[in-house]
Amino acid sequence: MTPYLLAAPLIAFMIAFYVLPVVAMLMRSVSDPSWTLQHYAALPDDVVFLKTFANTFYTSLIVTLASLLLGYPVALALVRAPRWALVILVLIMLPFWTSVLVRSYAWMVLLGRHGLFNEALIAAGMIDRPLRILNTPLATQIAMSHILLPYMILPIANALRQIDPSLLRAASGLGSPPWRTFLQVTLPLSMPGVAAGVLLVFVLALGFYITPAMVGGPREITISMLIAQRVDQLDWAYAATLSAVLLATALAIIGAFYRLPGVGNAFRMNAR
Amino acid sequence: MAAELNAVNGSGRGASVLLTDLEKRFDRTNAVDGVSLDIRSGEFLTLLGPSGSGKTTTLMMIAGFETPTAGDIAIDGMSVVAMPPYRRNIGMVFQNYALFPHLTVEDNIGFPLKQRGVPKTERTKLVGEALELVQLPGYGGRYPRQLSGGQQQRVALARAIVFKPRLLLMDEPLGALDKQLRENLQLEMRRLHADLGITFIYVTHDQEEALTMSDRIAVMNDGKVAQVGRPEDLYDRPCNRFVAGFIGESNFLPAVVRDLEDDIVVAECEGVLVRALCPARPANGTKVTLTTRPERLRFADTLNGHAPQNRMSVTVTEAVFAGERCRYLLRAADGASIVLKEPSSAAIRRRQVGEQAEIAWSVADTILV
Repeated sequence: MTPYLLAAPLIAFMIAFYVLPVVAMLMRSVSDPSWTLQHYAALPDDVVFLKTFANTFYTSLIVTLASLLLGYPVALALVRAPRWALVILVLIMLPFWTSVLVRSYAWMVLLGRHGLFNEALIAAGMIDRPLRILNTPLATQIAMSHILLPYMILPIANALRQIDPSLLRAASGLGSPPWRTFLQVTLPLSMPGVAAGVLLVFVLALGFYITPAMVGGPREITISMLIAQRVDQLDWAYAATLSAVLLATALAIIGAFYRLPGVGNAFRMNAR
Repeated sequence: MAAELNAVNGSGRGASVLLTDLEKRFDRTNAVDGVSLDIRSGEFLTLLGPSGSGKTTTLMMIAGFETPTAGDIAIDGMSVVAMPPYRRNIGMVFQNYALFPHLTVEDNIGFPLKQRGVPKTERTKLVGEALELVQLPGYGGRYPRQLSGGQQQRVALARAIVFKPRLLLMDEPLGALDKQLRENLQLEMRRLHADLGITFIYVTHDQEEALTMSDRIAVMNDGKVAQVGRPEDLYDRPCNRFVAGFIGESNFLPAVVRDLEDDIVVAECEGVLVRALCPARPANGTKVTLTTRPERLRFADTLNGHAPQNRMSVTVTEAVFAGERCRYLLRAADGASIVLKEPSSAAIRRRQVGEQAEIAWSVADTILV
């Protein structure tokens, strides 16, 4: 009973300021102007919604893939090179402690027409005119990958750290060269961490707002931007419907991932 | 690679291993400090010692997981110091078994075969044979976590021998198992060693295990080899105090050399003259330590007929009945403590504390160290 008592203040807070508003918001999607499912029924024929939904999925997919490919080697270095572990960890966490807003501005400065990136390429004589990167899907993908990278690295590093080092020795002793040991032992045993990282990054990317709004293109908007637009237009019912769809999508993905073996464990705190 | 090694020295099914002045330095301490050992083809050699004696580090250097700071390791006459572990073709069983948790028993055992490019059908056949050999037929489809500790150890053993290495290394493989299972597996490993005919190097801190299983034992202490020999040699003829104390129980009595006769030394100990075997020839007056095993001492009045040469008067200070034997703590004339173990029998009178007695033992059971 005591654990529940200890958690009671937080539970009360969450119910009052989180659960009730969310429920109230979701209710609007079925009760505005009167009890109806018309907002949901209209979605399959709503071209703007379909395009935005597809774009959001696509962006999340690219960002997840990019952070996986960039993050896995870093996670491996973090675990296998104890001398550099602290330096690597600080490099990962430093941006993590900075506001998303600040980091998105930083990317605007870097990727703009007269940003550092273009200036450097021109100075090096590689291009004549500045490239258009800012306000394109590419800018969104780059900035979001950077911002979400720690969410990929940390679960993977955690999974890698839990691999018994004697397994790697055993593999080597049994005749497996290092790269084969990686493919046959390290990689499969780190899959729960990979799944956890992919899940975190993908679900966070689905709902990302600030970064795509600041560095992304005007045409390739995401669900969260569409919701914001509709709220601006005071179209609360439509915004609530989109939110419900986004929430349901995220929950469905989380539910599916939790059925994968070992993923539930990857999220569990290490009690030892 | 197996063919490569066989070509170098085709004699016997087991590899010979030659360690020359092997040294491993960590920071400022020598974990292994000048170990030289000549391990013969097909031998069961045990590295025995307390924790921190360097036995596991020595094994890890043979396997290739540690690089020696000095010295050489030659397998079948070929130096392997510069060779990575995955090219050494050595079977290895780890203390915690190190089975791959994501692979079935069959795939675990097939792992070394897969690395060697053995085709699938051949692999299945060899894995089946290995499972028969460790008495686990039909377990191929299970995962390691579904097996008991003893079964996991058998799988680890099967995995280490399935690719027919000429050398098998074992690092305290039975350490985590209970006594009964350990004794069964000890016998099984002896049988396996006899069947396979390959060289076994076995690391343990359990002297009983070392005595029962090994052809020869290398006792290690402080990174050095204290003594190498057959189990009975180490037990009957320990050549230093460490070995005498580490293997079995020993009485240590201070003594002074008084006379030398052929290969026998006469020493004065607790006021009486005692005869002892001594390969070294200490000069008269040298202070030495006289060593005897508790179970080789007898109360003189229980011996009828043959009379061992060494005798001493003692007082019983403690008497413990321990089932198969009685254990007595005795005090000699000058105050030294002596332990005596007597096989129990209803026909033998139990001594009382405070009783005077005379003990006797033979010269062959008396060693000077």
